[in-house]
Amino acid sequence: MIPASTRYARATDLEHALSLLAEPEAKAIAGGQSLIPVMKLRIARPSLVVDISRLDLRGVTERDGELHIGPLTTWSDVIGSDELDRPALAAIPECARGIGDLQVRNLGTIGGSIAHADPASDMPAVLLALGARLRLRSPETKRELRLADALLGPFLTALGPQELLTDIVVPVPTRGSGSAYVSVEHPASGFAVVGAAAVAGPGGETVALTGVGATPFVLSGDGIAAADIFGDTFASAEYRRDLASVLTERALASARTRASEDS
Amino acid sequence: MPDTVTFVVNGEERSLEVQGRTLLVHALRDGLRLTGTHIGCDTSQCGACTVLLDGRAVKSCTVLAAQADSREVTTIEGLAADGELHPIQRAFVEHHGLQCGFCTPGVILTAADLLSRGGSPSDDEIRHALRGNLCRCTGYQGIVESIKAVGTAL
Repeated sequence: MIPASTRYARATDLEHALSLLAEPEAKAIAGGQSLIPVMKLRIARPSLVVDISRLDLRGVTERDGELHIGPLTTWSDVIGSDELDRPALAAIPECARGIGDLQVRNLGTIGGSIAHADPASDMPAVLLALGARLRLRSPETKRELRLADALLGPFLTALGPQELLTDIVVPVPTRGSGSAYVSVEHPASGFAVVGAAAVAGPGGETVALTGVGATPFVLSGDGIAAADIFGDTFASAEYRRDLASVLTERALASARTRASEDS
Repeated sequence: MPDTVTFVVNGEERSLEVQGRTLLVHALRDGLRLTGTHIGCDTSQCGACTVLLDGRAVKSCTVLAAQADSREVTTIEGLAADGELHPIQRAFVEHHGLQCGFCTPGVILTAADLLSRGGSPSDDEIRHALRGNLCRCTGYQGIVESIKAVGTAL
């Protein structure tokens, strides 16, 4: 399979990337692990591919109690990050280890996954549970959105056509917190049939689910019974609801255990 | 509109004209005649097209050739040196790590990435690393044994 004809341009810095994206059918490419497969299927036919993979937006740092994850940080980087190696944030590398396969994790990026907005992608659930925010840049504006407000539907986000994700901000949970991610994967695609992320600690408990609705979402206080859960050929809504309830308990149990280790 | 890609392939600087849509696997096979990199599923599932990009295993059917510009690519042809098989290749011969051989170049390059991360990977770690490489004839036992043997020897 060969993508439809397209032009390629490599962005040298953020401003350059944003100006290249002025072309109406341009599309940004980072690791390409979601975009290239849909280009090969010709579901995506960008007139111009703007390669942002060499911009300086990679790596994990902590400033003033908040974690900044560069959107070009690959899954392999996430797994190897010392900053993320603590009970409160353990769900992030735990989730990354289960994404795709070794080859996909070497190229695929955390920002690309958010921007692609597959309704069954794993990491958004973890970032939602942790209360992550996105920093966005367009040629004219800078803005910050809660991840929960940025995910609008399947493969649909609040990002404008000439807007790029520049930072993923994760508030570090208070001391004595733990987090965890568990999922049951579709055996062929590897995507989550249901995935549950949990954060537990002195700040309370939060659960976010993926694979069960139009977007990953934070579970409200009314619980799974009240959640809008869909079914398809592979798993009925009833089955997904049942699985979501089991995985929520497992994720919470694991997060609580980790919280007790975070002294 | 063709772009020129200049990259180091198996230790040698190479340049070729590609289109924006040209996939790395096609640049390697059709442009450079390095046909040891196989096309299996062509849908990012099977890993037969795995090569090393700056030392890390990637599926060359899911990378644009232009993205490899000024980077280093290693294909299966680049592993043997001075007529001697690479230790991973030798282990696959000794431990029956292949049958038809179609998936083998990709499996060996994935193993090269895994083993370059240090230590002696366990069975579970090897199987986890091989998740993106499908073998449809031998099964994975011989493949795991081969990689484990190299991990222990290095």
